Amino acid sequence: MNILDNFFFVALPYMAIPIFLIGTIIRYRNRKFSVSSLSSQFLESGSLFWGSVTFHIGVILLFFGHLIAFLFPETLLGFNAQPMRLLIIEISAFSAGLLMLFGLVRLLFRRMTNERVQIVTTKMDIFIELLIIVQVILGLCIAYFNTWGSSWFASSITPYLNSLFLLNPDISSVSAMPWLLKWHIIGAYLILIMFPFSRLIHVLVMPLHYLGRPYQRVLWNWDRSEVRNPNAVWEKQRPNNN
Amino acid sequence: MDIKSQISMVFHLDKCIGCHTCSIACKNIWTDRKGAEYMWWNNVETKPGTGYPTKWEDQDIYHGGWKKDGGTLKLRGAGKGKGLANIFHNPKLPMIDDYYEPFTFKYLELIEAPAMDDQPTARPISLITGKPMDIKMGPNWDDDLSGTPDFARNDVNLKKLTAKEQEAMFQLEQMAFFYLPRICNHCLNPACVASCPSGAIYKRGEDGIVLINQDVCKGWRMCVTACPYKKAYYNWNTGKSEKCILCYPRLESGLAPACMHSCVGRIRYLGVLLYDADKIFDTVASSAKDSDIIARQKEMILDPFDPDVIAEAKKNGILDSTIKAAQESPVYKFVKEWDLALPLHPEFGTLPMLFYVPPMLPVMASITDVDNTELAKKMDSKSKFWDDKWLYDTTTKEIFGSIEDARFPLEYMANLFTAGDVTIIRDVIKKLMSIRIYRRWKTVGDISEAKAMEALKEVNFTVEEVEASYYLTSLAKFGDRFVIPPAHREQAIEMLDNTGDAKGSMGFGTKITPARGA
Repeated sequence: MNILDNFFFVALPYMAIPIFLIGTIIRYRNRKFSVSSLSSQFLESGSLFWGSVTFHIGVILLFFGHLIAFLFPETLLGFNAQPMRLLIIEISAFSAGLLMLFGLVRLLFRRMTNERVQIVTTKMDIFIELLIIVQVILGLCIAYFNTWGSSWFASSITPYLNSLFLLNPDISSVSAMPWLLKWHIIGAYLILIMFPFSRLIHVLVMPLHYLGRPYQRVLWNWDRSEVRNPNAVWEKQRPNNN
Repeated sequence: MDIKSQISMVFHLDKCIGCHTCSIACKNIWTDRKGAEYMWWNNVETKPGTGYPTKWEDQDIYHGGWKKDGGTLKLRGAGKGKGLANIFHNPKLPMIDDYYEPFTFKYLELIEAPAMDDQPTARPISLITGKPMDIKMGPNWDDDLSGTPDFARNDVNLKKLTAKEQEAMFQLEQMAFFYLPRICNHCLNPACVASCPSGAIYKRGEDGIVLINQDVCKGWRMCVTACPYKKAYYNWNTGKSEKCILCYPRLESGLAPACMHSCVGRIRYLGVLLYDADKIFDTVASSAKDSDIIARQKEMILDPFDPDVIAEAKKNGILDSTIKAAQESPVYKFVKEWDLALPLHPEFGTLPMLFYVPPMLPVMASITDVDNTELAKKMDSKSKFWDDKWLYDTTTKEIFGSIEDARFPLEYMANLFTAGDVTIIRDVIKKLMSIRIYRRWKTVGDISEAKAMEALKEVNFTVEEVEASYYLTSLAKFGDRFVIPPAHREQAIEMLDNTGDAKGSMGFGTKITPARGA
């Protein structure tokens, strides 16, 4: 088991992170046009609402839940010291998982059955959807069979992840984990690897900068303060045109 | 003062014959691609009619455009709050069926069908799924009042008319209609730009063309909701929004836009307007009534002969050739000098920069018996004999009396062009009528000079102005109708990529073939 554990929990993450980083940068620089999630709402809107909104709310909640446990383990452990708080966290995380699963199943059903949506569906879309569904089911099983995850994540998984980032991998805590949990971790690395090759990349172009900009945008192809100046050299600036 | 220039268009609706040549020219150049089949960047609608997409003018359905909210302006269906809150699912997005499902026919079946008793048929198939379909809607299925109960009677602009007025419009012998060609209005206060979460849509500083950067667009589809004219379209194949680009590659090489160039009725005029960009917000936000926007928008458009304006324009980096084009602009004459052209639906608050000369639809007339013997003598007996013993008589006691009795109610026209204000549209139509009265005196002579002059005086038209507007309306050559600054080749090349390379896949913008699947 030790060889396998070493592969899955040391080699795999060290493969996944560079693939994620380099792949994303290359795709953004060379095929910027494709960096988005191909929306099919224009072809079918009704069932998309119940699928897309529930899935996205669930996934955002769970993403930040995992992130907080990784970044602030002590705070979380302190917070969980009171059983009631721990219970609330467990129940809300489990509900978020159910919400996400509900959304995903609906989305998958819609992709498989709607004729028009099938036209804009690729094999990669289906693969990614199945991958995330498996990951969510694994997560739900863990939450059900190995309860109080928000606490043991902070005390056992966070040190492992930290050791990865410190380039001094220590898999002793992970090797002792049940297989359910191991597969969940492997699933996470697989998702990371698939990130730059699938529609998942749209996560990185969340338009949060919209909040900070004025509503109207005017772009100039030439410098209007210099354009009438006969002494100014005509700058070859590549306009942000299309 | 922040003077900018804008390439602007005027449509003379009296001259539009509804042939859709402009739409076809546009389609062949820009939107004959997968995912874009349903798009008509240029379309021609019959009015009254529901248009394309169906009932686009009804913002209770589509939630487009701006609304005043206290002292500020808010997007009705998008914006920072709503846009981000609805990013996973845009509840106000028009669907493909609001436009129509694009289709073609299986022509090959006509050739390859085996010999049989029945004629082979070319079945319609969907251009989305490729499967046989029943055609339920097309882009101009309300053409020439066809399907009137379903289309014309559901026109949104009829809402404010009384039932009696509406009924009068659809009396068989009274029916009247006109055509409304529409492209993107390249607005001064564009709702699509404001709604774009990615910041992909922008207005070009040099000429005011509104464009979508295809690489920056992430397909959030908020512009489709926000544009009250429904002139931003979602390409379901590439996952990006597209819109009319005013044929900027053609403009930059000194050619007229395809729709304008192909117009057989010569209804379109293209020219430069100089305007004060500092006033944009106030013009919309602090107009007491929606119809006040029209006058205030015209105030924003500046006199290109005014030395102060010229000096300020130069300071702002506007080139001499652009200023000269603005001085010769046919659009400036129609919009500002003669006050003959009006924006479409100014109440949407986007300050559209395409203008329409409203049509003079059939006015009430009586049929009078006439003695035609003298006229008949003049005719060539071999070719034709004048046997009409009647005259379609439009004379009234008052000069402009017939305008009020027009078969087409002024209120309807007011709902289209002046936010419901009948006085503005009446003034414009009176002016158009005075040109006709004047020319009738000149060419036919059955109206007295005194009457013609009285008509001009009432609308404050000078003889020179009437002659000039008559010339530009009826006799203008291509060079009179199409006045843009000559191409600044060295700058144009900077702006223009040879987008023809990607024809058939993208059609415009990015050169990379947009292979999706990820």
